[in-house]
Amino acid sequence: MSETKILDRVVPRQQQEWDIKGALNFILGGAGSGLLVASPFAAMLRADPRPYVALGLVLVAGGLFAVWLKIGRPWRAFHVVRRPSTSWMTREALIAPFLFIAGALGVFTGTPLFILLAGLLGALYAYAQGRILKANIGISAWRRWSCVALIVVTAIVEGVGIVAFSAPFWPSLAPLGFLLAALIVARYIAWTNYIGDLRRTGAPKGTLQAFDVFAPRFLILGHAAAAVFALIGAVGNYPAALALGGAFAAVGGALFKYTLVCRAAFTQGFSLPRTPARGRSKPGPGLQPGWEPPQAN
Amino acid sequence: MSAQADKRYVMAIDLRRCVGCQTCTAACKNSNATPPGVQWRRVLDIETGEFPDVQRTFMPVACMHCANPPCMHVCPTTATKQRLDGLVTIDYDICIGCANCVMACPYDARSIQHMAKYAYGTPMKSEEARFEPERLGVATKCTFCQDRIDLAAKTGQTPGVDPEVTPACVNSCISGAMHFGDIKDKASNVSKLLAMTEHFRMHEELGTDPSVYYILDGEEA
Repeated sequence: MSETKILDRVVPRQQQEWDIKGALNFILGGAGSGLLVASPFAAMLRADPRPYVALGLVLVAGGLFAVWLKIGRPWRAFHVVRRPSTSWMTREALIAPFLFIAGALGVFTGTPLFILLAGLLGALYAYAQGRILKANIGISAWRRWSCVALIVVTAIVEGVGIVAFSAPFWPSLAPLGFLLAALIVARYIAWTNYIGDLRRTGAPKGTLQAFDVFAPRFLILGHAAAAVFALIGAVGNYPAALALGGAFAAVGGALFKYTLVCRAAFTQGFSLPRTPARGRSKPGPGLQPGWEPPQAN
Repeated sequence: MSAQADKRYVMAIDLRRCVGCQTCTAACKNSNATPPGVQWRRVLDIETGEFPDVQRTFMPVACMHCANPPCMHVCPTTATKQRLDGLVTIDYDICIGCANCVMACPYDARSIQHMAKYAYGTPMKSEEARFEPERLGVATKCTFCQDRIDLAAKTGQTPGVDPEVTPACVNSCISGAMHFGDIKDKASNVSKLLAMTEHFRMHEELGTDPSVYYILDGEEA
């Protein structure tokens, strides 16, 4: 393709509307909902699930508060529930009160049914967050099922990672290291599938560059190191190692979502199937500046 | 409203004719009083090739008033709506400025201005007179000059033919590159033009069914 002059947003540009406050809805909301999912597992290992549920609710609330601070007209925020038919943002907002009620009942009564219900609603909440991103088809990095899968798996890894972080206080959690390691492998598969999807279908160069910069740290610390520490903690019954594994896994997930929302989210840009013949000139080839073309199989 | 259902307003832009003068951009700003930094319509300037075989293409872009608008589907508040005649509208009184629609639009057509902005810092009298506080903190975009289209229903005039009921950008186009009309009317100017030209729609592969056609080749209007 010929060199193209970069003018007037012809090429994809990094989105500017959702800054760190927008990203926090996914970072805190994802970790919080993942923690709700992980709480029943903590209970199965004889740990008290209530502090995890409480922390999960606080994180989800923190995410919603951050996005409330971001929106242009915060005092009208209640309008957010008006389009359940198609908007995943509405659906997320509608899931939230049920999640808080089930979680609060779980915390105050300790009833396993409410803890489990909060976990299920947490999974639904994480899925809704993935679908919010997927519905935003103006951002190539988001509009794909592989992104939804990665968002959901990341949320669960973060939740289990936070539970694992508390292993020094609940030594009975040691076997959780196996689950955490398995989930980290699942996240690795979801990540490679996602990046492969981007390269296979073509994506803005900026998106791929952002992930190229982020990937080594994410894979080494967020996956390899996290999984090794989790397994050491589980096999050798070392709570400190398990906590370290959990921290690496959770922080890696948070940084991934920050990168996904604030660094790798590029707009679609514009393209031409071919340039028009103007005057006596001949038509030229098509172009899609700023894009990495789909990789040949 | 039933009369609206019989129509779908579209724009046809002949890329062979557009000279990149940005008069449509200026006409839009004048007509809609958009603040500095916000352009509901703009003309992209694309330079291709290697010297001496170079080419410039000018491409006016704005909201494409998609038949399947992703901005409307994601809007959690119902502020973004679609009229029966195809116009995609925003209700400033309902919009919360969440920017979900900004992310959903593959045409970079929407803007949110969080604070009042003036060309020279302090407002000029003209800016004061036309300042619309309801537009702050909410999504805004090209309306296809909705008020003019609505006027046509009262006066019986034809959008795309009579200037009073035609979008400002189309009226202003010095080279006759921009055309507007009802594509459901087989006898309309745009239907005839599109029938005799080779054209494409931007990012059609995303399933948005946009209402702006770009003409590349074929007979001249």
